[in-house]
Amino acid sequence: MSHDSAHDDAHGHGEHDHPPFLAHHFDDPEQQYDAGKFGMWMFLVTEVLFFSGMFCAYALYRSLHPEVWTFASQFLNENLGAFNTVVLLFSSLTMAWGVRCAQLNQRNGLVLCLTLTLACASIFLGVKAVEYTHKWDIGLLPAGSYVPQFIMANQHHEGISPWLIKLSIVPALCVVGFAGWYGWAVAQKRKQAAEIAGPLLITALAYFLGVGVGILFQNAEQAAHAKEKHGTEHVSHEATEEGSEHAEHAEQDSGSPGETGHGETSGELAEGETVGHGEVETVQLVSSPPLKPGATPLTKIDQPGGAGLFFSIYYCMTGVHALHILGGMVVLTWLLVRAVKGHFNEQYFGPVDYVGLYWHLVDLIWIYLFPLLYLIT
Amino acid sequence: MSAVATSPSYSQPDSDNFLVNSRGFLSWALTLDHKRIGLMYLVGVMSAFGLAGILALVLRAELMTPTKMFLSNQQYNQVFTLHGAIMVFLFIIPSVPAALGNFLVPIMLGAKDVAFPRLNLCSFYLWVVGAIFFLTAMLATGLDTGWTFYTPYSTTTQGPVVAATLGVFVLGFSSIFTGLNFIVTINTMRPPGMSWFKMPLFLWATYATSIIQVLATPVLGITVLLLAAERVLHIGIFDPAYNGDPVTYQHFFWFYSHPAVYIMILPGMGIISELMSVHSHKSIFGYRFIAYSSIAIALFGFLVWGHHMFTAGMANVTTIIFSALTFSVSIPSAIKVFNWLATMYQGTVKLNTVMLYALSFIFLFTIGGLTGLWLGALSTDRMLHDTYFVVAHFHYVMVGGTLVGFLGGIFHWWPKMTGKMFNETWGKISCLIVFVGFNLTFLPQFVMGSRGMPRRYARYVEDFQELHQMSSVGAFVLGIGLFIALGVLLHSLFRGRKAPPNPWGGATLEWQCASPPPYYNFKTPPRVNEPYDYTPLHFRGDDKGWEYVHPTESDAPRVDEVESKPATN
Repeated sequence: MSHDSAHDDAHGHGEHDHPPFLAHHFDDPEQQYDAGKFGMWMFLVTEVLFFSGMFCAYALYRSLHPEVWTFASQFLNENLGAFNTVVLLFSSLTMAWGVRCAQLNQRNGLVLCLTLTLACASIFLGVKAVEYTHKWDIGLLPAGSYVPQFIMANQHHEGISPWLIKLSIVPALCVVGFAGWYGWAVAQKRKQAAEIAGPLLITALAYFLGVGVGILFQNAEQAAHAKEKHGTEHVSHEATEEGSEHAEHAEQDSGSPGETGHGETSGELAEGETVGHGEVETVQLVSSPPLKPGATPLTKIDQPGGAGLFFSIYYCMTGVHALHILGGMVVLTWLLVRAVKGHFNEQYFGPVDYVGLYWHLVDLIWIYLFPLLYLIT
Repeated sequence: MSAVATSPSYSQPDSDNFLVNSRGFLSWALTLDHKRIGLMYLVGVMSAFGLAGILALVLRAELMTPTKMFLSNQQYNQVFTLHGAIMVFLFIIPSVPAALGNFLVPIMLGAKDVAFPRLNLCSFYLWVVGAIFFLTAMLATGLDTGWTFYTPYSTTTQGPVVAATLGVFVLGFSSIFTGLNFIVTINTMRPPGMSWFKMPLFLWATYATSIIQVLATPVLGITVLLLAAERVLHIGIFDPAYNGDPVTYQHFFWFYSHPAVYIMILPGMGIISELMSVHSHKSIFGYRFIAYSSIAIALFGFLVWGHHMFTAGMANVTTIIFSALTFSVSIPSAIKVFNWLATMYQGTVKLNTVMLYALSFIFLFTIGGLTGLWLGALSTDRMLHDTYFVVAHFHYVMVGGTLVGFLGGIFHWWPKMTGKMFNETWGKISCLIVFVGFNLTFLPQFVMGSRGMPRRYARYVEDFQELHQMSSVGAFVLGIGLFIALGVLLHSLFRGRKAPPNPWGGATLEWQCASPPPYYNFKTPPRVNEPYDYTPLHFRGDDKGWEYVHPTESDAPRVDEVESKPATN
């Protein structure tokens, strides 16, 4: 480590031999970079521990009620999850590429990479919005508001969810606002402003791209389900009978005390339940795997205290993750502004690097969430 | 200052003093100077302490008689909740690290500031916002869950649990940012020549504390978020009605809050290590043992949270494991106590105010620690759980340990922070009254607890009245003692003698800059010495304090020129 004696008496800004990006309390840029990077790693450690609480809750309740997890995860659309995984992985690539661009002093490359990263984040949120709103529509909610699915089984939701429209108001306003800003900047020939407004406009539009893709996948899945149901009516009917026999068998096994206990719990659990839960056949239509002898009957799993708990954990984990994506978008925007202004160069690229680390961690958490929630069966 | 002007470190003009180098409200409110932020924290945490202390006196006054005096049962619950929550979240956790730590960490490292000054200021404002949120929420409608927010009561009570938990969430981030800042500062900004084992022990303790803050506090964050979600959305994770488990909340909560106990006590231990050595004028005994034991306490602290829940219905094997692990924490704590005692042996012990506080710490902390063994043992804990024995135990550690250590630290570094000497006679009197009052308050509580007096009750059977009255009188004596201590400090601001740079003869770097330090701490990077080598220090009278005379002036090159800079590898 070379030590510059010229710094020794420099305690203010603007001294000679004192690069503008170097904070006054650091000896040299290298120390500043190391401190920032180490600080970011520490922050990531806190993030991991922050999520660890929810992973613990997940592990705990899954080990206690494995059957609930296999039942409930079928309501998650793996195709959408997989698509989002690919989007986030690609955004990690563009982010890493952006760090490289910053290190090589490629200003335009950095702006492009940040734009792509922001757009990917936006697509991710668009898809997530479709997933969430679809679940809200059919009552797949946290335990307190969960609606057992055999009640919902015959209800179909056509068209675009009103929730989705509400969620899209802010992105829509962003599109209008950024488009206006971009138009103004181009008209006024303000190059820097246009370079900021353009990527932001693309980001806002990307949300709607995500929504479109989400709806497409969602409809495809529903169509496939309907087709499957229709085509294999015969088979499923047999399976249903078989399943119901097993269910009866299970109930006989547990005997009458089990039945009364069962009645009690469901009475407590299913608030606002209007339809009775005797129709085992309807339930069987929802569940694809036939019941094994001795397994918990679906009427017990498909309850706020069963699948509802799964969706509580699902919303907590993916919701907090989505908040982290949003937070990441805020800092990425800050980076974009600074990149357009040309703040970064070979000697000073720390912030891009740190945000990159954060972004990779957020991606990594999703890489864990996807199989743990979507790929159970 | 002219007398010591020959020594380069002392040649800092008094007008650069950080207290006056810029003026006006905004120069404080928007300052990035770690010393000013530390002082603002000091004022903040002491205000919180004053408020919660008054609440404690209200509780003790109510307990003078077995029947109702002026608080209903419900009001009693609200007052002890407020007392506990303010003391824990607004005072003890930020007290030493945020107030003294902010002031001292960079100076002890010979640095100009912490690694992230803006984050530091942000952390202070998070504390302020969290405090306001927390207090208004609790004062407006009355929270009565106890500071632990145990479910299922916290999910069903009418109180403002969501607002209070969000306050805790914000305060948690304040704590995380402080810890993160210190870890990075100590890792990357040590001066040339200061290897890990030449750091003052206060920095080791702060480092260990910061590790806990960074690792444990996020878990508290997610726990209170889940609790808030439980109340708002009924997510059911902690609610048996939805197959959730309330004991899970206790596990999550204590996974943070047990390590948080070490966030509270470790910095106090760091202070005592400094005080013992400086005021015995003898090198610290067992430097490495004290340093490693701080880290050991931090790590062991993560493995023992279950001992708060022995009666909560855990499996027998689990309780046995937690009990055994709990006993293992007593080893590093005992190592520290023995090393402090050995430091005094054959030292030149000065029984001044600071040393009296340090000795009180050792005495009280030892009682607190040893009574913890009864609570860690399964058989006795079954009986003592949730009695006044527990209350007395943790007050001996938190008040007798942390608060007394904190006061000792404030007296020790007061001349450095303000540039004024306080009145020794009254300082000693304050310490004496605090010591007597404290023991009078809490010793009877051990007796009550072991006889079965449960905690958190506004009413009690008449047999306990005498002991309760002793305790209440003691509390007021303690209050008077603390009030005198405050008076001594405030008096010194106006009438105090001007402090020399090094009034006590400390060898750590903070004593090498002027009192109070200039804005930039050190004009030239200070010479890194052995932190506990007192041989080169010479006493020049009360006005000039101690002066560092380099014994090996001709023996260049010194370590700092030879060793490569450790911070950046």
